[in-house]
Amino acid sequence: MSTTAIPTNTKWWNGGRSPFNISYGKVMMWYFLMSDAFTFGAFLISYGTIRFSVNHWADPNHVFNAFPLAGHANLPLAFVSLMTFILIFSSVTMVLAVHEGHKMNRKGVEKYMILTILGGLAFLSCQAWEWTHLLTGEHIALLSDGTIAPLATTVKSNPWGAELPHAEMLAALQKTPHDQLVKIAATLHGAGDAHNLSTLSDADLMNKITASGLHVTNSGPIAFGGYFFGITGFHGFHVFSGVIINLVMLIKTRLKHFDQRGHYEMIEKAGLYWHFVDLVWVFVFLCFYLV
Amino acid sequence: MSSNVSSPEITHAPEHASGTGRIWKTFWVLSALTVVELALGYLLYYKHGEWSYVPVISTKLAIAALTLLKAYYIVSIFMHLGDEIRNMIMTIIVPLMLFIWFIAAFLWDGNAWKNLRNTNGHSRPADTQQQHQPAVDKDAKK
Repeated sequence: MSTTAIPTNTKWWNGGRSPFNISYGKVMMWYFLMSDAFTFGAFLISYGTIRFSVNHWADPNHVFNAFPLAGHANLPLAFVSLMTFILIFSSVTMVLAVHEGHKMNRKGVEKYMILTILGGLAFLSCQAWEWTHLLTGEHIALLSDGTIAPLATTVKSNPWGAELPHAEMLAALQKTPHDQLVKIAATLHGAGDAHNLSTLSDADLMNKITASGLHVTNSGPIAFGGYFFGITGFHGFHVFSGVIINLVMLIKTRLKHFDQRGHYEMIEKAGLYWHFVDLVWVFVFLCFYLV
Repeated sequence: MSSNVSSPEITHAPEHASGTGRIWKTFWVLSALTVVELALGYLLYYKHGEWSYVPVISTKLAIAALTLLKAYYIVSIFMHLGDEIRNMIMTIIVPLMLFIWFIAAFLWDGNAWKNLRNTNGHSRPADTQQQHQPAVDKDAKK
């Protein structure tokens, strides 16, 4: 760009001019984002440290393989790719809003701010679905008391350990009480509902379960849920506050505040925040879903 | 001077491109990089259990490198940091260099904890099969 416009001997620090040649507000937004980058970085590095310190970690291709309305189809990476493209695209509409702001085109800014807000809301909806799916979707796993039960992915439980050898699974089934056997059998296809199953004997239930070729896993490190929900939740909260900031900017644009002020710099500052949210997602996508 | 200069202390503003070509080009670059990342991710998925440590870790490092490239495009073009003067770029980039040591030191430490646990403080050979993580309490799921 036109950095040639600056004389080579400009004395940036002698007062009377911004040493960085940008406004105070933008410098402070950059410094806030830098501190936020360290916060997210610390979270992600802590997650990496714990992940490196255990022998088995949840395989993202097994944990994140669902897609809305696709039933039990195995679609690893598909839904999170959709979320990634939504966020990249909303970054593009944001930068287009900034571009229209430079041209003092209020209608253009309004149009692209609305599209950016819609992108943010779409992303948050996807995340709500993903969280619900994990928190309510149960998988059969070995508990610490040596029994087997359906287990959801929460901050207290993680069914994504290594697969349990068949002999160990049979031994654990012997120790599993009746009500847990009923719950396990109820998850099998065509086994009937829990009420009918509860009338069966333990031996019949065990036969049903072993005959189904059920895959049982060890429970994994509890830290998985805490890190996943903690970090994606912190990012989701940033998306949410970004949507609020963008809404405020849209309202101020409609009220012609920026036309009266003579520049659209507030849109640029909101844009910096919004792009940062996209930037963090690039790293969350890497650390939780890709590797 | 561009119309968005908001203070008399600012003597220069980057000339803003009149078209949106650069923005859309960046969008396609970011999308293409994401598609390559996904392709490598699926490669890891299909080779799961088949590949040894070295190809797996090389692929993961390649994905991480592509992620850094995406971060460069977002920060440089979407956030316009590449258009700022050198002083400004350095005040952001130099502190972030701490991450290089931060990542290396902590991941190294995590790996060291694993080795200590697997070998009971180097007192016996590693047996990773014995090292199941503590399972959840039965009550925790309720």
